This record gives sequence, C-alpha cells and structure tokens, in this order.
Amino acid sequence: MAGLTIRNLVKRYGDVQVMHGVDLDIEDGEFVVFVGPSGCGKSTLLRMIAGLEEISDGTVSIGDREVNDVAPSKRGVAMVFQTYALYPHMTVYENMAFGLRQAKTPKDEIDRRVTSAAEVLQINDYLERSPRNLSGGQRQRVAIGRAIVRDPEVFLFDEPLSNLDASLRVQTRLEIARLHERLKSTMIYVTHDQVEAMTLADKIVVLRDGRVEQVGSPIELYERPANSFVAQFIGSPQMNFFTGGDVATGPAGYVDGDTLGIRPEHLIACDAGAALVSGKLELVEQLGEYALAHLITAQGSEFIAKMEKPPAEAYGDTLHFTAIPERLHVFSPDGLSKRG
Amino acid sequence: MNPTLVRWLQAPSIFVLLLWMIVPLSMTVYFSTIRYNLLYPERTGFIGLDNYRFFATDPSFGPALINTLILVGSVLVITIVLGLAISILIDRPFRGRGIARVMLISPFFIMPTVSALVWKNMLMDPNNGLFAAFSQALGLQPVEWLAQYPLFSIIVMVSWQWTPFAILIFMTSLQSQDQEQKEAATLDGAGFWSQFWNLTLPHLARPISIVLLIQMIFHLSIFAEIFVTTSGGPGVSSTNLTYLIYIQSQQAFDVGVASAGGVFAIILANIVALFLIRAVGKTLTV
Ligand SMILES: Nc1ncnc2c1ncn2[C@@H]1O[C@H](COP(=O)(O)OP(=O)(O)OP(=O)(O)O)[C@@H](O)[C@H]1O
Ligand SMILES: [Mg+2]
Repeated sequence: MAGLTIRNLVKRYGDVQVMHGVDLDIEDGEFVVFVGPSGCGKSTLLRMIAGLEEISDGTVSIGDREVNDVAPSKRGVAMVFQTYALYPHMTVYENMAFGLRQAKTPKDEIDRRVTSAAEVLQINDYLERSPRNLSGGQRQRVAIGRAIVRDPEVFLFDEPLSNLDASLRVQTRLEIARLHERLKSTMIYVTHDQVEAMTLADKIVVLRDGRVEQVGSPIELYERPANSFVAQFIGSPQMNFFTGGDVATGPAGYVDGDTLGIRPEHLIACDAGAALVSGKLELVEQLGEYALAHLITAQGSEFIAKMEKPPAEAYGDTLHFTAIPERLHVFSPDGLSKRG
Repeated sequence: MNPTLVRWLQAPSIFVLLLWMIVPLSMTVYFSTIRYNLLYPERTGFIGLDNYRFFATDPSFGPALINTLILVGSVLVITIVLGLAISILIDRPFRGRGIARVMLISPFFIMPTVSALVWKNMLMDPNNGLFAAFSQALGLQPVEWLAQYPLFSIIVMVSWQWTPFAILIFMTSLQSQDQEQKEAATLDGAGFWSQFWNLTLPHLARPISIVLLIQMIFHLSIFAEIFVTTSGGPGVSSTNLTYLIYIQSQQAFDVGVASAGGVFAIILANIVALFLIRAVGKTLTV
C-alpha cells in the first residue's frame, strides 16, 4: 500500500497545454475523488498516474518511488475503465486471470485469487461466461474484479458508474465504498456526479482547465469553498450568487463589487424588514420531501430557495429571505472567498 | 413485413442468380460427358466419364494439381502475414499516413495482365529488368526469374497484387478495435505480442477468414499472370489447373476434356472451401 505524490505535473499535446502544473498529495489508503467540468483534465490526470499518458513535465511518485519512467504494469496501479474494457474473447475467469498470467503467477495462486475476488463481488456463478453474455452491472463487477486480483497499491476508477442505470449506480456506489473499507487501499475516482463525490470521498480534488482549484474533505468544500467556482460546483442545487443591489445589507466585510453566495438550503423565509434578499416567485418545484422555489430579484438575478413545503404565496408575489451569518459566503471580484 | 411477401419479393433476384449459375454449370457438366473436339466435329456422342479419365491421366494433371495447391497456399500465407504486419504498422498515426495507405492499396487496382507485364518486362527480365540491374551492380550473374523459378515468380506477382486487399480489410477492421481494451492489457502487463495474440488476432478472426475465402476463390483460377509471363512453362513447372484446362480447350481443341477439367476444378474449389470454412468456422460465429 502506498500514498501518492504529484509535483508540478504538466501535460501538453503538441502546442496545447492541458495540465498546468498540478501538485497533489494523496495519503496511503485515502479515497480521493477528482471532480470538475467536462474537459478539465480529470481523465488525463488519472491516465498520467496509470502511465497510459506520457508526462510532459513534473513527477508522479507512488509510495517513495518516482514512477515517471516505470512501465504502467509495474507501477502497482489497476484501472477500471468507463467502458469496462473487458477482453471480449476471454471468459470472465480468463479476464480476471490475464494480468496474473502475464506476470507468470503459478496456476493455483491465480485460481485462489480469482476465486476469492469473484466471491467478494458475487460473480462466481459467471466465471465461465463470456463478457458478451453479462449485464452492464455484471460487467462492471468483472472489471472491478480484474483490478482486485492484481492486488494493486492504488486503484484508479474513471467514471465507473456512468454507464449504469440509476438504481444500479446507487448499489454499486455502496459496494465500492464497502470495498474500500475492506481493502483499505488508496483509491482515486473520477466522476461527474456530486453525490458520488460527496459520499465516497475522503478528499475531493476540484479541477478546472488543468489546474487544481481546491482540495479538501467533502464537508470542507461544502462549508468553506475557496472560490466561487468551487462554491457553485459543490452542492446541489447550486449556490445562489447575489451582487450589488440584490443585497439589502451585506454582512461584515461585504463591500460594493463583491458577490454574496448563499446555498438554496440556507435561505430562511422572513419578513420584509429582516430581509437579506428578496425575489419575485416564478415557479415552484414540488419534490415531496422538500420544494424548490425559483425566484428572481428586482435587478433580475435568478435564485433558488429550498423550502420544507411550498410557499403559500402566488406566482408573482415577492418573498423575503435571510440566512445566518456563518452560512454566508463573500467572494471578492476575482472570485476568491473572503473567508480565507 | 409479412414473411411470404418477403419471399415473393426476393424470388425474382434469386431466380436470376440461379439461372446465371445453373446454365453454364449444367452446360459444362453436359459437355464433359460427350465427345466434343473442335478438330473432329464428326465424332460426337455420350462417353460417360471418359473425358474425366483423359483429364486425370494426362501427364500434366498431377503437376498442375500440385502447382495449384502450392500457388494458392503460398499466396494465402504471404498475403495474410504481410497484410497483418503492414496494417498493424500503419494503424498508428504518423506523418503522411493517408498517402502511404493509398500507395499500399494501389497495386490492387492494377489489372493482373498489366501487373504481370510490368513484373515480366521491367523487373524480372534478365537483360533489361531492374533486378538484373541490381545483380549486375553487385557483380552477380542476373537471375532468369521466369525460367529458373517460374512458380515462385508467379507467387510473388500474385502476392504483390493481393496483399493490398488484405491490408485494406485488416486496416478498416483494426480501426474498430477498442483502444481501452489495449490500455487495460497494457496495465495488465501484456506487451506487444501478448496483445497481438490475445486481443488483435481474435478481433481480426472474421476479416482473416473473409480474406482467406475470397482470395482462395480467385487464386484457384489464376490465369492472366501465367498466360502473360511463363505460359505454364518451362515444361509444366508453372501450369495450374486453369492453365491446363486452357491448353486442353484452346490448344488441343478438346472441349469435352476441358469441361471435365472445369468440373474437376469446381469440385476442388468446394473441397478446399469446405476445409477452410471448417477451420475458421469456430471464429466465424464470434
Ligand atoms: N489526444 C489529445 N490531443 C489533444 N488534446 C487532448 C487529447 N486528449 C485530451 N485532450 C484535451 O485535454 C483536455 C482534458 O481532457 P480529459 O479527457 O482529461 O477531460 P475530462 O476532465 O476527463 O473530461 P470528461 O469529464 O468529459 O471525461 C480536454 O480539453 C481535451 O480536449
Ligand atoms: Mg474523462
């Protein structure tokens, strides 16, 4: 088992630079999730760790060993691909045994490891089947099983659940969490999905345009986003942003030109007198457990309030909201949080 | 759609195809059982299997059969191996790949007669050919390719023409290969050859069998190359079955024996095809 150290990692495709000096420390046994908008370089970063993508500059170390020039198969990493990438002409058993065979592992050792991985993942009934005859969820398990049998120091997952349907995704997410609990290996996981990131991660890395925007535990990122990008990326529905005339009286430190951020779930309905922000009710989405009120301020900024039950007011009426000071986020014009 | 209607709609084309096949086939079979020599038009009548006996006991028959099998077999092996190697080589992106591909494919669009003439007069000619010039530059005696190694020379020409066909088919098929599978194999520690045997070759199983079958059909009836270059000689050393049938009908004017040879060639083609389909049949179901 080993942690991971990334220093000043740069990736260029010809003249185009897509990673701009990434620094990252990952502890041994940590579950790290990379999030960020499409095209920000999550997969590229993961593939550079795996050795599938050449490193233009900087270093990747696994444990104490710099692996820049180490062959992918010798880095102690195993990867689960989004498309599963199972070998179509081999049975499930052969798929899982392939890596061990390449390493000339003795037959009974292979057998033992494949069988035990198959038991963990409950795929022992399909071992002789071809991947073609498996469902998406079963294929996903085989792909994970193929990674497990190699007993890697670091697991890499690139959006492993994105091809599964919603209920299977929830179930597999739980299984991956359980797997991490059991194996205690370092895992790096790329996803688009908020919920996956928040529930699985010990540490979330938010990327944008090949740069790390913020690293921290899910709750840190939620409560203390370093800038407005992270603030709107973490949390669903997104954080509301108010500027200038939207805000009746800003909190301490709020000056003209700053942006005030309040999460929809932190807006509290109040009287006109106590109001921090006010808006005209445009639409209400009733979700049973809670309701989302879509509003628009006098100067035209849209925002959402998450409420326990739908407001009694009619569309077009004005609603008033406040929030407790600890829940307010103030961002200076360059987007950085003033809370430090 | 209604299956009966489908069948009726298909019927005309199937009927035309059947007619297209059945008429020449039955005429060949008919001619092969009668006395039919253009030099002796008065000798006619049914003679059973005598034409077959004549054809099969012709002293040229054995060598022609062996030459045919050597020719087909070697060309198949050469084109498949070369086709695989070259198509894998040009699968990676590199500068000028488009042009390289077009040039690699182009021999396939040259008429067999023309290509045979080029090989005969410009490359293999012992006086004016390019190979002779090379030999002379090295101070060696020029090789008389067509006289000394006639069958080998024909194999080279046909392989040169047909390797592009294999490249074309394999190249397109390689592009549909899943790259992530290869990356997964790389992470599993599989090198180039292990990936080739475990992923690429199984992926190409179907295209390989298609190339095998199509080429076999064409190579059993190679004619132009032999006609233009060696005329089956020296002796019968480069005579194949097609050429032997040609000699029977156009030089000995014996249509009956030639037809018997034709029927024999059809039977041979079917036997070879049966073996090949058996051999690759398992992979065809993938
Ligand atoms: N082979 C390549 N040549 C040039 N640019 C590339 C290449 N591969 C990726 N890129 C660029 O690198 C950037 C990062 O791509 P990457 O696939 O890592 O994004 P991602 O964060 O995984 O996105 P997604 O969430 O859509 O999977 C993108 O802007 C992409 O256009
Ligand atoms: Mg990606």
